Amino acid sequence: MAEYKKPTTKEEFDKNFKQKKPLMNDTEAYYEASRCLFCYDAPCIQACPTHIDIPLFIKQIHTDNITGSSKTIFDANWLGNACGIVCPTGVLCEGACVYNLQDVPPVQIGRLQNYATNKTISADKIIFKVGESNGKKIAIIGAGPAGIACACEARTLGFDVDVFEAKSNPSGLMVHGIAPYKITNEEVLKEIDYLQNQLGFNIKYDSAINSKEELLKLENDYDAIFLGVGLGKTATLGLDGENKEGVIGAVEFIEELRMKHHKTQVPKKVVVIGGGNTAMDAASESARMGARKTVLAYRNSKEKMGAYGFEYDLAIGAGVDSLFNVSPIAIVGNGKVEGVKFAKTEMVDGRLQTNMNNTFIVRCDMVIKATGQAKQDGFYELIDNLEIDSKTRIVVDETTFQTSNSKYFAGGDAINGGAEVVNAAYDGKMAAQGIHQFLNN
Amino acid sequence: MIDLSVNFAGIKAPNPFWLASAPPTNSGYQIMKAFEAGWGGAVWKTLGVPVVNVSSRYGSVDYRNTRMMGFNNIELITDRPLADNLREIEEVKKYFPDHAVIASLMVESRKEWQQIIKDVENAGADGIELNFGCPHGMCERGMGSAVGQEPEVLKTIVEWVTEAANVPVITKLSPNISHITDPGLAAVEGGTDALSLINTIKSIVGIDLDSYAPYPVVDGKGSNGGYCGPAVKPIAMHMLKDLAQHPEISKVPISGIGGIETWRDVVEFILLGATSIQVCTAVMHYGFGIVREMEAGLRQFMEEKGYNTIYDFAGKALPNVTEWKHLNLKHQVIAEINQDKCIGCDLCYIACDDGAHQAISLPSDANNRIPSIIEENCVGCNLCSLVCPVEECITMVKTDDGTEHITWNERTLNDDVPVTFDDDRAGGKGHFVPKPSDALKVAKDK
Repeated sequence: MAEYKKPTTKEEFDKNFKQKKPLMNDTEAYYEASRCLFCYDAPCIQACPTHIDIPLFIKQIHTDNITGSSKTIFDANWLGNACGIVCPTGVLCEGACVYNLQDVPPVQIGRLQNYATNKTISADKIIFKVGESNGKKIAIIGAGPAGIACACEARTLGFDVDVFEAKSNPSGLMVHGIAPYKITNEEVLKEIDYLQNQLGFNIKYDSAINSKEELLKLENDYDAIFLGVGLGKTATLGLDGENKEGVIGAVEFIEELRMKHHKTQVPKKVVVIGGGNTAMDAASESARMGARKTVLAYRNSKEKMGAYGFEYDLAIGAGVDSLFNVSPIAIVGNGKVEGVKFAKTEMVDGRLQTNMNNTFIVRCDMVIKATGQAKQDGFYELIDNLEIDSKTRIVVDETTFQTSNSKYFAGGDAINGGAEVVNAAYDGKMAAQGIHQFLNN
Repeated sequence: MIDLSVNFAGIKAPNPFWLASAPPTNSGYQIMKAFEAGWGGAVWKTLGVPVVNVSSRYGSVDYRNTRMMGFNNIELITDRPLADNLREIEEVKKYFPDHAVIASLMVESRKEWQQIIKDVENAGADGIELNFGCPHGMCERGMGSAVGQEPEVLKTIVEWVTEAANVPVITKLSPNISHITDPGLAAVEGGTDALSLINTIKSIVGIDLDSYAPYPVVDGKGSNGGYCGPAVKPIAMHMLKDLAQHPEISKVPISGIGGIETWRDVVEFILLGATSIQVCTAVMHYGFGIVREMEAGLRQFMEEKGYNTIYDFAGKALPNVTEWKHLNLKHQVIAEINQDKCIGCDLCYIACDDGAHQAISLPSDANNRIPSIIEENCVGCNLCSLVCPVEECITMVKTDDGTEHITWNERTLNDDVPVTFDDDRAGGKGHFVPKPSDALKVAKDK
């Protein structure tokens, strides 16, 4: 059942993609902040990948020390504002809030965090200090959350920093890959601008690093290199008819949506393949773009989906239908997509098996593949002695984030295979510390 | 059959809920509206030579998400001409002959006192309340708390008043004094028919961080105000107890004032000897309708306890308020944590470890946040149960068998109390205290 009318104007788009966690006003923040118990050794701090001193920043909001609150947040997480909005707080800080054990709604930590940092950013308060120059230079590949966090931390430590970004916008998937009802482009870019204005790192846009020569030049010109390259495009499934018109990767679909908003073309019937958070986002977005029917198809059972329960609920709430235990075996259609042929799957002796005797076709005009992003293994091969694990993730030291090639450090999706913005923010910050430690020894 | 009516030193009212002399009783309009809402009496905003006020006049202490937990004002007595007030008193009494209308008064000379008493009696006031409490403005002119703080002067004025008055006289006391019994006794000796307390406490509620002036800021400056609201209730109740336990003073009835907002506050004041209560801040915050909650709660309490009138339980807590030296040193309680209710905030742990007696421990397993009591260290101080945010999660359990009873007083008489600095009889001798250097270890573990 379609819940949304196809948006034709910016206003209609904004309405369909209404922010899930809207900015709190002063009164709401004051009352919400008053609920924090100031737990000892608070579980929310432990649950936060960047270990923000959450009870402290909430107390600071309550005592009207908003600047101090923002400092507390940014001290731990350079992307404090974006993370307040896009973090899956229900499974992180808010999931750990002790109120849950009392069957009381947890403190809305994410929204409070966004409230404080947004205020500070909007007022353009100067709260960071560039470290005294240490004469050393760092190159960062990728201006996503890991790269930006690394750049910020490195600047406070006195490094000169150049960030090389393939696209023409900073912040990676925060702008290109997160569902528009979770955060707006303006909100993301505002924070990056704020950080860059105070900390003065350079970002070179449209500057993809693709060749051995370019890497050698970086190695020559810089004292250390941070790889915040993320993952690649959507991986191919190897299905019959996969290259028909109307088959698109989820990452590419979301990027187009983030860039073109209501001008993105979404046809009447859409099938989304996958069971992760990106699949939920893509399905929800398709429905919000006015598709009359959006079907989410996952090869295993509902319980086995990688997506968070709340992400699935959100998609269902947007009018998405779901099919479980179905595996795509071909894309059908005459040049253009006309449907997906599925086979039923079943669990046999703990293994998922496809029953080719039980197949059916779901008619559609578009297929969104949300089955994972390709790895950057081609790129990694250009770097000498770079150790990669069996899942094509760069192997790093867990405290310094240094790779097997001592000149290179890495963080974000490139080392974890795809996780949250907050994980990338933590990695980038710690890697800068790791570089500092390494170059000072 | 519950009967809430009171006869307070001869002043009759349908219930003990009275409005204190303050902004809510500034006019006949407000008082009639209050009586309609259910209030049984009202003490008119203090009459005298009308004043000139400043703008603004009120300041507040907000705590957590509660506004006006404490409140102060720098407003003076009435700024309306006496004739207007007298006319309105007359009108209110015409509509509400059975409600108590008490005129609060504050003037300087004996002649003025005698004149104004005659005026308010003629207007129909059921009683008079002497404002010896205002701690701001009026005291600079030798009135208000300037009188309340000088028992001799207070006594003289009470004598002038009682000599002239035909209606009952209530003397309202200032809490801005070391021993409330001094002015209390002076008032009784001067012939007052009743007492009321407390008036407001001298206060500064806050400083504006831009103008560096106290709230409320009047053109860049401020003055001390009179503090009231829920924050002052404990001070008021203590002073009420002092008066109600005094053999001479307690011969006159006492009207309790100070932070009363709920039925429970009302009951507590009555248990400490008040036989009418007066409210201001709660009305300034929520309006006259707040009396609905007070009355319903008081009735519920009386019904459950089987009381018919407030006199059935007035002063019932007084015998149990004693001096420290008469408390049983053999009584022992220990905290008990209900593991099923605990939500793992660990506030009890840190409160005890940092703020009390290091008698709560955390499990070594980092995934388990349920603390436990170290019974041999627990002195039963109560702190953990006070900080715990979960209802009935931490309870204080009695561990002595109730057979032994000895007080400090008795031990003193038996020559069995510590007398030297290193006396073996020190209560904390041998009690567990971690080594100072253990603190560094705790910090390092974090």
